[in-house]
Amino acid sequence: MSKTETDTTPAADRGGPHQPLIIASGLKKHFPVRSGLLNRQTATVHAVDGVSFEVKKGETLGIVGESGCGKSTTARLLIGLIELDDGSIIFDGDKLGSDISLKELRRGVQMVFQDSYASLNPRLTILDSVAFGPKLHGLKDPAGIARNLLGRVGLDPDRFAHRYPHELSGGQRQRVNIARALAMSPRLVILDEAVSALDKSVEAQVLNLLNDLREELGLTYVFISHDLNVVRYISDRVLVMYLGEVVEVGPVESIYETQAHPYTASLFAAMPSMDPDNRTEEPPLAGDPPNPINPPSGCRFHTRCRFAEGVCASRKPKLATIGGDADHLAACHMHDAASGHSLALKEAAE
Amino acid sequence: MSATPLVDFDHLKVRFKGDRTVHAINGLTLSLGQGEMLGLLGESGSGKSVTLKTLLRLLPPKRTEIEGSIRVNGTDIMSLSGRKLSAFRGSQVSMIFQEPALALDPVYTIGDQIAETVMRHKGISKTAAMDVALDMLTRVRIPSPERRLKAYPHEMSGGMRQRAMIALALSCRPKLLLADEPTTALDATVQIQILLLLRELQKEFGMGVIFVTHDIGVAVEVSDRIAVMYAGNLVETGTTRDVIKNPRHPYTRGLLAANLHGAVKGARLDAIPGSPPALETPPTACSFAPRCAHVRPACLAGLPPVADLGNGHTAACVLAAEHASQELKSA
Repeated sequence: MSKTETDTTPAADRGGPHQPLIIASGLKKHFPVRSGLLNRQTATVHAVDGVSFEVKKGETLGIVGESGCGKSTTARLLIGLIELDDGSIIFDGDKLGSDISLKELRRGVQMVFQDSYASLNPRLTILDSVAFGPKLHGLKDPAGIARNLLGRVGLDPDRFAHRYPHELSGGQRQRVNIARALAMSPRLVILDEAVSALDKSVEAQVLNLLNDLREELGLTYVFISHDLNVVRYISDRVLVMYLGEVVEVGPVESIYETQAHPYTASLFAAMPSMDPDNRTEEPPLAGDPPNPINPPSGCRFHTRCRFAEGVCASRKPKLATIGGDADHLAACHMHDAASGHSLALKEAAE
Repeated sequence: MSATPLVDFDHLKVRFKGDRTVHAINGLTLSLGQGEMLGLLGESGSGKSVTLKTLLRLLPPKRTEIEGSIRVNGTDIMSLSGRKLSAFRGSQVSMIFQEPALALDPVYTIGDQIAETVMRHKGISKTAAMDVALDMLTRVRIPSPERRLKAYPHEMSGGMRQRAMIALALSCRPKLLLADEPTTALDATVQIQILLLLRELQKEFGMGVIFVTHDIGVAVEVSDRIAVMYAGNLVETGTTRDVIKNPRHPYTRGLLAANLHGAVKGARLDAIPGSPPALETPPTACSFAPRCAHVRPACLAGLPPVADLGNGHTAACVLAAEHASQELKSA
């Protein structure tokens, strides 16, 4: 028992408590679109375009945005499932590629996906699935680690260890995926819409489990979701993405109280009101999100923004602090007095 | 209720046969008034989609056993067949689905698909039918509708396709629209547009709508009344206000808590333990009892009584029935 315990102890903290666990800077990923007889590249999907952020030790960073905003691509870049076109990832002070290898990074960073069934091998029992990583990395007693973890996520190993994925319910399968992600004793777990496919009553159980595990194991989470209620409940900070760029980032309470970017404000206004006496009367935005193949110039939101002016189409706004909160940043010309946006000038005059 | 209800389910039971039997609907009794919007709320496997499919007679007859009756405007739809059934579908009742990309035909233009339906049911010429199609596309607020008449489904975005499907479904002015999670696959900012559009069209056309969803927030946004389903039967019905502000069934309360609206960050969630039953045998007791925190012997002794809480608010729960009778005595 003591041996397995040493094997599942997370790697030592190297950078100290103030070193962010992950520093992502200028992440960029463009996918080519090929078509025609000669399969030539005809267009480019700007999936992630210069995304920078930090994840502090022990915090949960929520990433929100609509389909095509690049939140899942960002997650896949963080764990090296797809190659970066540009930018760098620093894990606890070590730069990926020069200081640590991808294999070393993946011992520290694990991921849980949305589709609990597709992400498990149907021919492996859940015990084998969970023990697979430890076995591959040459840890001692992989089966012991797996049984221990299955117990931890609430699946009695004596009853469940030898079942196959199709013999479990969706909630149980997602517990297996969480156990598998924890098998390498990671320090960071990326949860990509990990609870979105679950029924609400089961989702609440899994969220409780995630909170317990974070406390017990001192984990750090990157929690990607489109459900703002869930993000508010679980996150410490929130990052809002639109068409491959970060439009706003800040502490959860600060963002839920005042949304600095008009896109964030629309996203929040689109949430069902949960009050039959006070229903939403006007949709906050018209139309669908534009295609990331040819993103709009300047501020990418200007085509749907009701405050848009000339400067928004011509110049890209920078992510900068707004108001007094140094941790709350937004990329909008209305918060930059030097931009020439009429509303920004008004604010500066006051 | 004096007028004929638009839809009347009476002790509906639906059973699927095959390698294993599934008791999908177990004695559903529910009615929908003319021009009413009902939110049918439930989790996967609760029987909400089966209810809609039964209503349109879309279930495979060989593998399905149906008991009880369904009446639409007084007509027993189980008696319909052949031409009468096809006339019923599309003109009186029509349906929109979660995935418009799958529900629309990829090889015909949107205009052709709408016109075909109108010609089939109204017996008018192609030119007149195309005018109806153009009118419908304008009503669902598709930008530049003339151009979109000639567009194929793959040329449109998800939200636009959903609008086109609504235009198709409403082209013959049905009395009843069945909506099966029509906004689940859409982004949040598009979802709210479609919900508001449906609410508006429902008023404009005065049609009844059964809106199936698993999202309690969506149900509150659109419905006049909410019916909560669990394991193939209703657990609670009432006006949206009553069900949301004064839920009486423990399952409804659990669902509301799990929505996390106003949940305290980091505080332990009051999650419903376990998972829904497998439905291989018909229920003989309260189906929710194994997961219920307030379970008592009476819950396991037989099917729960349906407590009438006034104002059309009902809950199928032993506890709710007790409370209701106590309140009656003290009053």
